[in-house]
Amino acid sequence: MTTVIPLSEAVPGQTLRIRRLELNGTMRRRLLDLGFVPGAEVYVLQKSPLGDPVAFRVSHTTIALRKEESSKIFGELPGGEG
Amino acid sequence: MMRHCCENGASCHHKNPSDQKGKTTRFRVALAGNPNTGKSTLFNALTGLRQHTGNWPGKTVLRAEGTYSFKDVTYTVIDLPGTYSLYSNSADEEVARDYIVFEQPDVTVVVLDATSLERNLNLALQVLEMSERVVVCLNLMDEANRKGIRIDDRKLSSKLGVPVVKTAARDGKGLTELKETVEGVARGHIQTRPFRIRYSDEMEEKIKTIEADIRTIFGNDLPSRWIALRLLDGDPSLTEALKKRIGKEESTDGAIAQPPYPAEA
Repeated sequence: MTTVIPLSEAVPGQTLRIRRLELNGTMRRRLLDLGFVPGAEVYVLQKSPLGDPVAFRVSHTTIALRKEESSKIFGELPGGEG
Repeated sequence: MMRHCCENGASCHHKNPSDQKGKTTRFRVALAGNPNTGKSTLFNALTGLRQHTGNWPGKTVLRAEGTYSFKDVTYTVIDLPGTYSLYSNSADEEVARDYIVFEQPDVTVVVLDATSLERNLNLALQVLEMSERVVVCLNLMDEANRKGIRIDDRKLSSKLGVPVVKTAARDGKGLTELKETVEGVARGHIQTRPFRIRYSDEMEEKIKTIEADIRTIFGNDLPSRWIALRLLDGDPSLTEALKKRIGKEESTDGAIAQPPYPAEA
């Protein structure tokens, strides 16, 4: 069983596989360029002190996203992960 | 024409190397690459102290330019800003894009981090859509070897349709081979056939129509397929850059400001 959630709801330590981006235009392009492409694995590194932005690790690079963006990127958690 | 290196006459030269005074041939080589690929290390290794820096015109983006000699020919190297892409809207990406598309260096070297190819190939594919004369440089090979990463450069080269050279710029490794390869592409001794993504039939049809218009307006100087793709994408920053160019061309030959639509459309 897999659960699809927005990246913004994942917690540090979790790894997600990106399914889709519900964004368009420049921001979509930008995120794709940074490596947030469907199929890519994203590891949630850590939250900033106020909880936003959150640092993600995607194809060997750390990128911080605000909730505004991360809430529109959807990924699946591997089955059984809590 | 856009000109920006003219404060220092010695470094200024135009697209066609043969119209330089005297018989000196000069080639222009642009370095493109993601941030942290060792691009600037490579730039320094190639040019040594023969370099100067400034800003790109109208932008607070650093412009570094230098030269090296190889077999009695001077190569001017332009270190483009490090970017993940050439599509989005940062000043860095605009500078790099405009240089490759409008200034058309004799060779564009795409510097890739050999330890992170998946991420880096995104930019390589974009440059391959923009230019014919491309060399792919797999840098940080020392680090890749240490990590146990093996790269089949021949296979990569045949897939991408351009030469691939492995380097470790930090240790000066592979630089001679890179210079040889750059020379080969600059002189046309090495034929390239850059990999171009084929899009859906519907897209390809539209590309064809727009390409024809682009050639009517700009001639064969600009990468028409790439521009067609950007226009289909609705890229406002490129549209602006093109408009400026049309304005300039018309003011030089006195033509009327009306886009010449082809009769066949």
